[in-house]
Amino acid sequence: MKKILAVLVEDKPGVLARVAGLFSRRGFNIDSIAVGETTEPGISRMTITVEEDSSTLEQVVKQLNKLVNVLKISNITEDPSVSRELMLVKVKADPQNRGEIQQIVETFRGKTVDVSMDSMIVEVTGDDEKLEAIKLLLQYYGIKEIVRTGNIAMVRGSKETQSQ
Amino acid sequence: MKLTGAEMVLKAFEKEGVSTVFGYPGGAILNLYDHLYDSSIKHVLTRHEQAAVHAADGYARVSGKPGVAIATSGPGATNLVTGLANAYMDSVPLVVITGQVPTFLIGTDAFQEADITGITLPVTKHNYLVKDIKELPRVLKEAFHIATTGRPGPVLIDFPKDVQAGKGEFSYPEEIDIPGYKPNVEGHPGQISRAVKTIKKARKPVIMGGGGVVRSGAYEELKEMAQKGNIPVALTLMGLGGFPASHPLYLGMPGMHGTEAANYALTEADLIIAVGVRFDDRVTGKLDTFAPRAKIIHIDIDPVEIGKNISVDVPIVGDLKKVMQNLLHRFQPGETGEWLKTVEQWEKTVAIDKKERDRDLIIPQEVIKAISDVGGGDAVVTTDVGQHQMWSAQHVRCENPRSFVSSGGLGTMGFGFPAALGAQMSNPGKTVFCITGDGGFQMNLQELATAVYYRLPVKVAIINNSCLGMVRQWQELFYNRRYSQTLFEQGPEFAHIAEAFGARGIKVEKPERVRDAIQEALDTEGPVIMDFRVKTGENVFPMVAPNEPISKFMDRGDA
Repeated sequence: MKKILAVLVEDKPGVLARVAGLFSRRGFNIDSIAVGETTEPGISRMTITVEEDSSTLEQVVKQLNKLVNVLKISNITEDPSVSRELMLVKVKADPQNRGEIQQIVETFRGKTVDVSMDSMIVEVTGDDEKLEAIKLLLQYYGIKEIVRTGNIAMVRGSKETQSQ
Repeated sequence: MKLTGAEMVLKAFEKEGVSTVFGYPGGAILNLYDHLYDSSIKHVLTRHEQAAVHAADGYARVSGKPGVAIATSGPGATNLVTGLANAYMDSVPLVVITGQVPTFLIGTDAFQEADITGITLPVTKHNYLVKDIKELPRVLKEAFHIATTGRPGPVLIDFPKDVQAGKGEFSYPEEIDIPGYKPNVEGHPGQISRAVKTIKKARKPVIMGGGGVVRSGAYEELKEMAQKGNIPVALTLMGLGGFPASHPLYLGMPGMHGTEAANYALTEADLIIAVGVRFDDRVTGKLDTFAPRAKIIHIDIDPVEIGKNISVDVPIVGDLKKVMQNLLHRFQPGETGEWLKTVEQWEKTVAIDKKERDRDLIIPQEVIKAISDVGGGDAVVTTDVGQHQMWSAQHVRCENPRSFVSSGGLGTMGFGFPAALGAQMSNPGKTVFCITGDGGFQMNLQELATAVYYRLPVKVAIINNSCLGMVRQWQELFYNRRYSQTLFEQGPEFAHIAEAFGARGIKVEKPERVRDAIQEALDTEGPVIMDFRVKTGENVFPMVAPNEPISKFMDRGDA
């Protein structure tokens, strides 16, 4: 099962390399990692999605905690939370089937952000399940390129994930 | 006060009580060396950067203080990598300074540039690249703090040349606040209570002590617990000296080349009190057969080690000495009388098999026993890696903590001799033996020049079996006696090499000369190299094959 970790780190050069390197050398499987700023200056937040059993996950968390630049780790897998990912898909499209594709995109509340003679770029946001679903449909027309941001997640309600 | 970056480093050394550093100069660290020229800090110039970091490591292990090593950028820095990995695996506090090309050249593949912070990421506890002199005082303070607290380890500071030369305001921080680094030292009181109850109920307890006993200085507490509870003690390679070998409750070392008593006791135990250990595969053997009937209390400063290899019943994260003190306040002994009788039946020491021997050949284990006898319990012994290391662990009677220095986790050949030089520097009055092999010694024998120059009276005993003994042993046992690249048929005359460097060299070929040679070495001022020509093909026993239960010793007849 996929596990989601919210990790607060110091915003310093090399921190991403420290975190990513830890995963590779300890043999942990990383599904996605997304990094960005927080409300606190000098602190970044990483959302790390891993595909590991709970005993390995415990090791992941402990090992991450040992990194001096890592401030806090919350396993939010079990918490009620909102998780989102943004995906851009360049799909083959000609004037005949553009409308059909547009319908699919609208069903998934996505957007068409670029159109050319033989392709279009579609933007979709959602959880993993939703993105996989639209990807499957678009494959029918032929996908030329995909780019994804990786998962970001936040716990519902007033609970905050802060460094202190 | 305005100082250059280089001056700041030396000021920080003074503030941290660093009196001796080990290093090797080069272009990108010239500014620091220029200031060292008129500094009161003693700099030991080794003949290779690897030796500098190993010497700092040996210094730290024996003194308990952080070891400091310095090297230049590029190749100087990359030569440190083995030593850093070695110190990291064995939790040795080091602060290592490397020169770096000026900040404006970083990333351009400049002359002697290497991304040493990138390279050493997995083998340091933490590392820094200081690009701004304003950060330097804080980084220096943090480096010493991180290296020496929690689970100790090496910290590297990469120090660009323009930052060394630049000037800035220096005030050394008194307080330290690293938000992401707060080691837990106290130990959870609830878990400590559970441990007390568990120990009281146990009928067959064993204490297994490791490097953490030595690092946290918990020797007295360990002894008190063993004696109060009548609990036998096994010590891993890293723990040797943490409990006196002559103590009646001592079982010896467990694991692949462990004693019968240690391995059987761990297998039969109903409770293992694991203190400062990490359940390495060389100790546990096949994991799912390790201590099948035992509950496990695991006390360690590093939460990562708890539950990493073995599932634990009572986990306690904290400084071993503190936790054991707390535990001893409430300690209630269990009934272990029957158990001690059982344990008494097992061999606690390793006997040297003397049958069918050629009397003209020196038995390697006899050399090590003789060193232990002649040197007394007071000497420091460093080792290299391989057969002589295991024989040393079996036959050197370690009575005192910080008297046995060996590369445990990484298993670094070439470690023993430079580590002995560092050990001697930290304690000039002590007798320091380096027990090594003909393979390991050749990996850092250039340090004879260092030993001679600084008049370090290290006594090196080469257990010279003209082969890479441990690898040869595995080839004999597991690879159909196909001795691929392990036989050194044309070895050098080590005694001549020693003399060429200006040290004393003694070649010993007859068993009856062994003790005299050791005595002669002790009576000689300055460094002595003893070349003991021993039989090729002697194997280390007892032995448990890899990934087998530790109670299943191989038959010597298998060899």
